[in-house]
Amino acid sequence: MGAKMVDFNGWDMPVEYPSSIGCGVVAEHLAVRTGVGIFDVSHMGDIRLAGREALAAVQHISMNDASRLAIGQAQYSALLYAQGTFVDDVIVHRLGDDEYLLVINAGTREKDFNWVRDNTEQFDCKVRNLSDDFTQIAIQGPRGVDELEKLTDADLGAVKFYWVTHGTVCGLSNILIARTGYTAEDGFEIYIPSDEPTSARVWYEILAAGKEFGAVPCGLGARNTLRLEGKLPLYGHEISDTINVWQAGLDRFCKMEKPDFIGRSALEKAKAEGVKSTLVGLEMVDRGIARDQYRVLDDQGREIGYVTSGSPAPFLKKNIALAYLRPEYAAIGSTVKVEIRGQGVRAQVVPTPFYKRPKKAA
Amino acid sequence: MSYPTDRKYTKEHEWITADGTIGITNHAQDSLGDIVFVELPKAGAELTQGKPFGTVESVKAVSDLYAPVSGTVTAVNDALATAPEQVNKDAHGAWMIKIKVKDPAEVNALLSAADYEKFASEEAGS
Repeated sequence: MGAKMVDFNGWDMPVEYPSSIGCGVVAEHLAVRTGVGIFDVSHMGDIRLAGREALAAVQHISMNDASRLAIGQAQYSALLYAQGTFVDDVIVHRLGDDEYLLVINAGTREKDFNWVRDNTEQFDCKVRNLSDDFTQIAIQGPRGVDELEKLTDADLGAVKFYWVTHGTVCGLSNILIARTGYTAEDGFEIYIPSDEPTSARVWYEILAAGKEFGAVPCGLGARNTLRLEGKLPLYGHEISDTINVWQAGLDRFCKMEKPDFIGRSALEKAKAEGVKSTLVGLEMVDRGIARDQYRVLDDQGREIGYVTSGSPAPFLKKNIALAYLRPEYAAIGSTVKVEIRGQGVRAQVVPTPFYKRPKKAA
Repeated sequence: MSYPTDRKYTKEHEWITADGTIGITNHAQDSLGDIVFVELPKAGAELTQGKPFGTVESVKAVSDLYAPVSGTVTAVNDALATAPEQVNKDAHGAWMIKIKVKDPAEVNALLSAADYEKFASEEAGS
């Protein structure tokens, strides 16, 4: 489709599609906020845990409480090292009585699978890497539901946010349809067989069906700006093997009261000690764009943190960033400086997420 | 895309006319994507051939602008500060700076439109 490609963890991925077909990061971003955008996210990994002790295994390796999941429900969670830092963030789907699907990041697929396998050996449960079996396509945006309804017999209205169903999609039976995404917008992610003819056929059918809703194909560029507006973490940026749950501000997805899990005792200790840096949202006050790894300074020019993700926000039309700051500078309304090409450029700590999708009228 | 023959080009994707007007090429704006920020020197600034003189940022990336030749800045297109998207719309019309060229031979030695077009298409892999 003439997309600009980039090597992303060994995957040839589209950054953006060409302006000649109405695309480009900004156009793709706005399509998702106001209509619908289609993402090829087949680089995402999938790990299936099934067996008598699957729940116990999932509970042991993830920080959210999977025992709260009904069949067909999903939750945001994370896999942690014993130090309370991140192996990866995941979406845990409960597919059956004793069957769970973890959806993981591309860059960490092999690491994640090995880690899950090694840390669940003591449980009566089979762990399978299904990453190469599925192509994942995301249909994101307020019109995503209208578009997907044209292509499936599943009752999408009955699927709430972070729930899944199965149905026929583009003539393929028993397709997993999840109302999830990485755009801070309503939308769906579908999991289709990964063979190339099937993937390509479904991709083009979805694009064609979305025409009337203004659907455009979207690349990694828009995926990044969309998730940034919604403050959704990206591995290697807001979360990593040196950042713990409290620093990342993911407390509400970490259930300390559930049975023991890997990383729990370190997190208990870390909580008692208090955090040395905390994730905040920044909005540029002066002219300038904060970028990943730029230093954050106080008014004396002393380093007080660093930017993890920064970009113009196409929908909000502001220059925003996520940054780790020392807690004493993290109060909403504080003014700090971002060092851009040697100059301290003023920015303000603002509430996050930067963007929240409007609640649908009942 | 055809490149105007009234100017010369660099492998860093700038163009310059004989009278010292400088901008970036259509190939450059297309590779960068949506341009959201242009930072330019002030009038009077000295440029050295091959050295950065400013910055252009798209949504996804930051790129330096390199001086095609040495010279002194005489005018700056301030309109780009508030309307950087002009560069996407018309890269060969949206000039960035004008300079007093130090040595016209430096301009003459740059790429012709045909040579640049060949270079750009090879770089794009098309």
